[in-house]
Amino acid sequence: MSRKTRIAYGGSAHISRRRLYNAVWLVVMGLCALALIAPLAGILGYLIYKGFSSINIAFFTELPAPVGEPGGGVANAIVGSLMVISMGAIAAIPLGIMTSVYVHEFARGSRLATIIRFVCDMLNATPSIILGIFAYSVVVLSTGQFSAIAGSFALFVMMTPVVVRGTEEILRTVPDSIRAASLALGASRWQTIWKVVLPAARRGITTAACLSLARIGGETAPLLFTALGNDFWNFDPTRATNTLPVQIFKFASSPYPDWHRQAWAAALLLVLGISITNAVARFATRTKTVA
Amino acid sequence: MTPASSEIINVESRTPRVRRFKAVASTILRRNDRIAFSISLGSGLLTIALLAGILYQLIFLSLPAIQRYGLGFLISSEWDPVHKKFGALPFIYGTLVSSAIALLIATPFGIGTALYLTELAPRKLRGIIAFVVDMLAAIPSVVYGLWGIFVLAPFIQESIAPILQKYLGFLPLFQGRCDGVSMLTAGLILAIMVVPFITAIAREVLLTAPGELKAASLALGATEWETIWKVILPYSRVGIGAGVVLALGRALGETMAVTMVIGNMPEISASILRPGHSMAAVIANEFREADSAIYLSVLVEIGLVLFAVALVINLAARLLLWRMRGVAKN
Repeated sequence: MSRKTRIAYGGSAHISRRRLYNAVWLVVMGLCALALIAPLAGILGYLIYKGFSSINIAFFTELPAPVGEPGGGVANAIVGSLMVISMGAIAAIPLGIMTSVYVHEFARGSRLATIIRFVCDMLNATPSIILGIFAYSVVVLSTGQFSAIAGSFALFVMMTPVVVRGTEEILRTVPDSIRAASLALGASRWQTIWKVVLPAARRGITTAACLSLARIGGETAPLLFTALGNDFWNFDPTRATNTLPVQIFKFASSPYPDWHRQAWAAALLLVLGISITNAVARFATRTKTVA
Repeated sequence: MTPASSEIINVESRTPRVRRFKAVASTILRRNDRIAFSISLGSGLLTIALLAGILYQLIFLSLPAIQRYGLGFLISSEWDPVHKKFGALPFIYGTLVSSAIALLIATPFGIGTALYLTELAPRKLRGIIAFVVDMLAAIPSVVYGLWGIFVLAPFIQESIAPILQKYLGFLPLFQGRCDGVSMLTAGLILAIMVVPFITAIAREVLLTAPGELKAASLALGATEWETIWKVILPYSRVGIGAGVVLALGRALGETMAVTMVIGNMPEISASILRPGHSMAAVIANEFREADSAIYLSVLVEIGLVLFAVALVINLAARLLLWRMRGVAKN
């Protein structure tokens, strides 16, 4: 839409009213978009303003301090989070990739592939608290105790559909001519997938995996009654374990200002971690290998 | 994709259904293929088993509650765990009202932002706004909750509630004392959380609107707004509607942020400035404290209802997207 067209409207009252409407609505849309900056700036601003001052070495090395004692840190929660997330990811990423290999490479267009894809969408839409109940019933009830494994299981269920759909999206960008060329040279289906398709999609799959990590990294609800929480160090996956999001929740729901301060610091750390993971995901696909 | 190559790749989908597995497993596949095929098939079946498992466990664990309280559970508003009186209505009410508030606020902003991003924004601004939307989507729920309690709730208590009560206080919607934590606070937080969702889907849908239509409309002398309102929006209406429905599904199931700002009071009040409770929040708060089997079972039943609602809403959205074939990715 150029200036010339606008001038061509001429100056009748009807037309100038249309132009006024146009201008007003365009501004309204712009304001909608700009309005989104306010909450983000508010949240990030408070995180940095309140959280930054509470971050010190003790924050990374010490256990949460008991009520009334100043200081303390969230070291065990950081380690616990890494443990729970990595255990979930170790199961979810291969499973997700293999599932999408089935959906897109072995059985593309088949009825079962459509069903699996649909199931993944449904899993994706399942409220995270439900996954907590599921992990509780499967792991906690059968082993009789809260554990890091139970938390990982909940995150695993949450992560799998994200990996499947993400990877499938990437596999779709690998042109079929490459597959055909490989098969025509006498490679088997699996050789084609393993040596041609997956390497071509490697960066994209890395991105999908990182995005799914970022997605589950801040999840609290599925961990509340699975990994539970712990005020002490724990490296045993079969025991209750502290995690960063649950610790933030605990700090925030307490009535103590000192804990609130630490909640902000821990939240700042969590958002930072997730942003970095997201940035890595973006960076991985910056230079594309797939034509 | 040329027809020839698609034929090679899609051998399986072209063979008759009865012989399909055989064809794939023996004729075309070699031995290591068969192993890989089985593993990938197993992975796929495992994902199906996960969903089936969730459904099974939820039904199995909530059976005692269903048998004991029946359908009355859903319409009773009495919540007294000590005397084993359970009614889910306050939670269902809270979930619905907070999500409704969220969508009322988020929908116009989400669609407006998507329109701005696709139709109007200069390149530089587009990058910034896309970044803002992505960031809003990446912030974890518990951090929204933290911000909600310490920043948004006091703000609503001190600034928004007095204004609402001064000018609209005659409405039952805005009566009663506001302590900051309230349905409105939960709705607002949810609105911020689902806006990126609506924006993302609306944007995807808008991008599929054919450029010729737009060009034709502009060439006929329509203004940008007229083109958006009379050409682009009617074209993308169904898809955007699906996006809003999907966002509703998200809002209903959101747990942590809502738990932290809704006040967690199992009561039904007409005023949105009063505290309430939600289905996800009651599970998050009371699951661990549930001291009797029936209490736990009741909470799982609430989860089952929530799960069912989330799935039905998702299905509805997918049907909408499916109807609008060009946009539905699958």
